Amino acid sequence: MPSPRSEFVAGFKAELPILLGVIPFGMIYGVLALGAGLSAGAAQAMSSIVFAGSAQFVGAQLFRLGTPGVIVVLTTFVVNLRHMLYSASVAPHLRHLNPKWKWLLAYLLTDEAYAVVITHYNRTSDLPASASNEHWYFLGAGLALWSAWQASTAAGIALGTQIPASWALDFTLALTFIALVVPTLKDRSSVAAALSAGTVAVLAAGWPYKLGLMVAAMSGIVVGLLVEAQRPFAACKERTEA
Amino acid sequence: MTVWPVILGMGVATFAIRLSLIVLLGRVDVPPLVQRALRFVPPAVLSAIILPELLRPGGTLDLSLGNARLLAGLLAGVVGWRTKNVLLTIAVGMAALWVLSVM
Repeated sequence: MPSPRSEFVAGFKAELPILLGVIPFGMIYGVLALGAGLSAGAAQAMSSIVFAGSAQFVGAQLFRLGTPGVIVVLTTFVVNLRHMLYSASVAPHLRHLNPKWKWLLAYLLTDEAYAVVITHYNRTSDLPASASNEHWYFLGAGLALWSAWQASTAAGIALGTQIPASWALDFTLALTFIALVVPTLKDRSSVAAALSAGTVAVLAAGWPYKLGLMVAAMSGIVVGLLVEAQRPFAACKERTEA
Repeated sequence: MTVWPVILGMGVATFAIRLSLIVLLGRVDVPPLVQRALRFVPPAVLSAIILPELLRPGGTLDLSLGNARLLAGLLAGVVGWRTKNVLLTIAVGMAALWVLSVM
C-alpha cells in the first residue's frame, strides 16, 4: 500500500497541469471582484470561504447589481448544484473515513480536484477504499488547487487596484461567461436552454430584487428538459416516416 | 448592505452541497429528473447573465450598431466557439470594446 506521503505528493503533482488554466482565472476573478465594488478583504474571503470559481464570478456580478443577499445565496446554490453529482460519485471512496476527513475533503471538492481524483480512483478501483491511502491523494490534489486559487486571487486583487475604471474591466465578466457558455452548447436542448434563459433575463432585467436571473435560469432549465424529452419522439417519427 | 453574511451564506450553501451525498450516501438518491436538469444549469445561468450585459448595457434595451458591448460580445462568442480558448476570448472581446468605444 502506498504511504500517505507518496499518495499526497502524487495527488499534488497530478493537479499541477490543471493549475495552468486555474491561475489566470483566479487573477481575473480578483480583478473583477474589485471592479464589482467588493473590498480586497471580501474578494479574498470569497475565494477561501466559498472556494467555487463559477459561483464567485456570478456572486461578484450580483453584488455589482446590488442584489439582496438571499437571492445571491439562492443563486449560488443553483450554480453549485452540479457538485451534488461529484459528492455522490466520491462518496463510496470516503465511506470508511471519519467525519473530520469527510468535511475536509468536501470543502476541497471542486470541479478541478474532482476531475483528477475520480480518474485516480477509477484507475485503482481494484483495491477496497479502506485498504488504501487514496484520501491522501485527494487531499494533495485539493490543497494544490486551493493554494493556487488563493494565491492567484491575491495577485488579481493586487493588480486590480492598479487599473483605472475607464478600462471597463467589468466587461471581462461577461466575456468570461461567453467563453464558458460556448462549450456547453453541445446540442439542440442546451442551445434552447441558453436562448430561453437569456431572453427571459433580458425581459425580466427590471424586476425587483434581481429575481430575473433566478427566474430566467429556471425557465432555461425547464425549456432544456422539454426539448430533450421531445427529441427521442421526433427522431422516432422521422424514422417511421422514412 | 454588508457583504460578509452573504459571503458566509454562499460558503455554507456550497459546502452543504459538496458534503451532502458524502454523508447521506445509501440513504437518499438523486432523482433522475434532477440529474438530467443539472446539465442545463451552466448554459441557462451563464446566458441569463450574458444577454442583459450585452443587450442592456446602459440599463435600457439597445439593439443598435452603436452598442459596443453587443458587437464586442458577438465577436468574443465567435472567437470562443472557434478556439475554445478562454483567455483569447477575453482578450479579443476587451480589445474590440476599446477600439469600438474610441470610434
